[in-house]
Amino acid sequence: MQKRVLYRHTLPLRIMHWVNAVCLLILLGSGLQIFNAHSALYWGQGSDFHHPWLILGATSDGDGSLRGVTMVGPYRFNTTGWLGVSEMDGAPTERGFPNWATIPGPQWLALGRAWHFFFAWIFAINGVCFVAYALWTRHLIRDLVPTRKDWRGIGRSIVDHALLRHPCGEAAARYNVLQRVAYLVVIFGLGGGIVLMGLAMSPRMDSVLGWLVDLVGGRQSARSIHFLLAMGFVAFFLIHMFEVVITGLGNNLRSIITGRYAIEVETHHETDH
Amino acid sequence: MKPITNRRRFLLDSLALTGTVMLGGCDGISRTEWAPKVLNSATALSRAAQRALTGDAMVEEFSEADISPWFRPNGSTDPASVAYRALAANGFRDYRLEVGGLVTHPLSLSLDQLRLLPNRTQITRHDCVEGWSVIGKWTGVQLSRVLQLAQPNAAARYVVFHCYDDGYYESLGLDSACHPQTLLAWELNDKPVPIANGAPLRLRVPRQLGYKMAKYLRRIDLVASFKDTGGGNGGYWEDQGYQWYAGI
Ligand code: HEM
Ligand code: HEM
Repeated sequence: MQKRVLYRHTLPLRIMHWVNAVCLLILLGSGLQIFNAHSALYWGQGSDFHHPWLILGATSDGDGSLRGVTMVGPYRFNTTGWLGVSEMDGAPTERGFPNWATIPGPQWLALGRAWHFFFAWIFAINGVCFVAYALWTRHLIRDLVPTRKDWRGIGRSIVDHALLRHPCGEAAARYNVLQRVAYLVVIFGLGGGIVLMGLAMSPRMDSVLGWLVDLVGGRQSARSIHFLLAMGFVAFFLIHMFEVVITGLGNNLRSIITGRYAIEVETHHETDH
Repeated sequence: MKPITNRRRFLLDSLALTGTVMLGGCDGISRTEWAPKVLNSATALSRAAQRALTGDAMVEEFSEADISPWFRPNGSTDPASVAYRALAANGFRDYRLEVGGLVTHPLSLSLDQLRLLPNRTQITRHDCVEGWSVIGKWTGVQLSRVLQLAQPNAAARYVVFHCYDDGYYESLGLDSACHPQTLLAWELNDKPVPIANGAPLRLRVPRQLGYKMAKYLRRIDLVASFKDTGGGNGGYWEDQGYQWYAGI
């Protein structure tokens, strides 16, 4: 076996990938800050205050101590310390998401919004640049859209992923089908969706996007979907990190920082001669 | 393979550390003088973009069936000022809206005089900066009609609203002030506006967030700049760091 190093990610792609990662971290933190200003979500146009589908709330026990209660539809969970009630300056405090998860840490909606909208612009501009670049260089068609052969092998790829068996050798030189599908869903589904739902929550934009707001069931539905898409990003991130680690952390990190990625190739045909 | 695991540990630790430093860093940055200014500079971009994309378009108006059972009030719900208490005690019969500043004809209008102007009723959604929304039916007069009566001077650029809940004020640019859905409203859901929702007269600006819609209106001033009013940022919440443009 011998290593062959290939140039996998071009510089613009690497830059855009990292700009995106930083934006997402800040958008998530500041988004959770915004969420905490009213830590409940609804379906529909207006808020039916008696029927949120999600609440991160607090109740106080008989002895006066605070208990964090998370309600998802009909289900209730005790989430003291994490959701609803968490430590702040050493004391249990009523708070949707805890301090360490929000930007800024303490309750400060005005500045959370300032962070959110500043980085929303960078996120959206970066996203548009990425899509333009991926179309222009055919990265989208060549590397991201699954080929017909890929689709035929999807069942097998799912089994392989579940068993943590990953392509190696020349097969690892290209994205596998699940990787392709995941990236496309993240870029267009989560990315595109979260920008649209963010805009749909803007009362001013609703003067021209009313149809979109109605399509998803109303402004509060848009807020719920915006939140769920953000959670989708968190889920993708965890899987993404898992895959990055188990398929060779060093090699992957090098590839997304310097562009160079090593694959192992059989050496015997050279020795055969 | 000890060295590898160590390297992995190190890389993972550095990732975790970067995350913590970044979130902590955001807190440090938030408290500087410059950060809010830089971050809020994006608001100018949002405003320009939203203006270009939406122009004077009207927000959606709903049907009676969509009206929320409860129009959730927020902020002050019962002003304590002596002047307001006296007005309320008398059912707002002595109420007058003053219109002044950079205008040719300063006005002092009673509720009955306001009612004689052409009325407009709209069922619109109210979006609070905290994230919730409610739908209500508002009846009032378009602010643009009142401004026409007062005749703003060429120097007037902003409309400042002073309120009976002491210290609360708000301001709009002339474009927002003259939008057809910007009302001075005296009725909510076919009844006089309740005290909790801003009796006897409040502003409706459905293209922006709730904090722009000053309640308990007392005086409207046309000004060239709001730098000398209140904290100088154009409104009570703006002085606490909220964006003056609240279209998002
Ligand atoms: C914060 C959220 C993140 C998102 C949404 C994201 C998304 C993506 C996407 C869409 C791609 C495919 C890019 C393309 O070829 O067009 C990709 C590739 C990659 N990302 Fe991320 N990424 C994130 C964070 C990270 C982080 C923190 C790391 C490093 C620890 C990382 C490491 C990688 C690597 C190594 C690849 C290349 C995979 C390969 O060559 O097989 N990503 N990421
Ligand atoms: C162009 C992109 C985006 C825009 C225009 C945008 C806009 C908004 C707006 C207007 C709100 C306030 C909603 C309210 O009044 O409660 C909000 C909240 C939020 N945002 Fe974003 N956002 C964007 C991207 C993102 C991204 C990428 C994430 C996370 C990865 C995110 C996560 C959140 C969360 C968690 C909230 C609070 C809960 C909610 O209202 O859904 N946002 N965003």
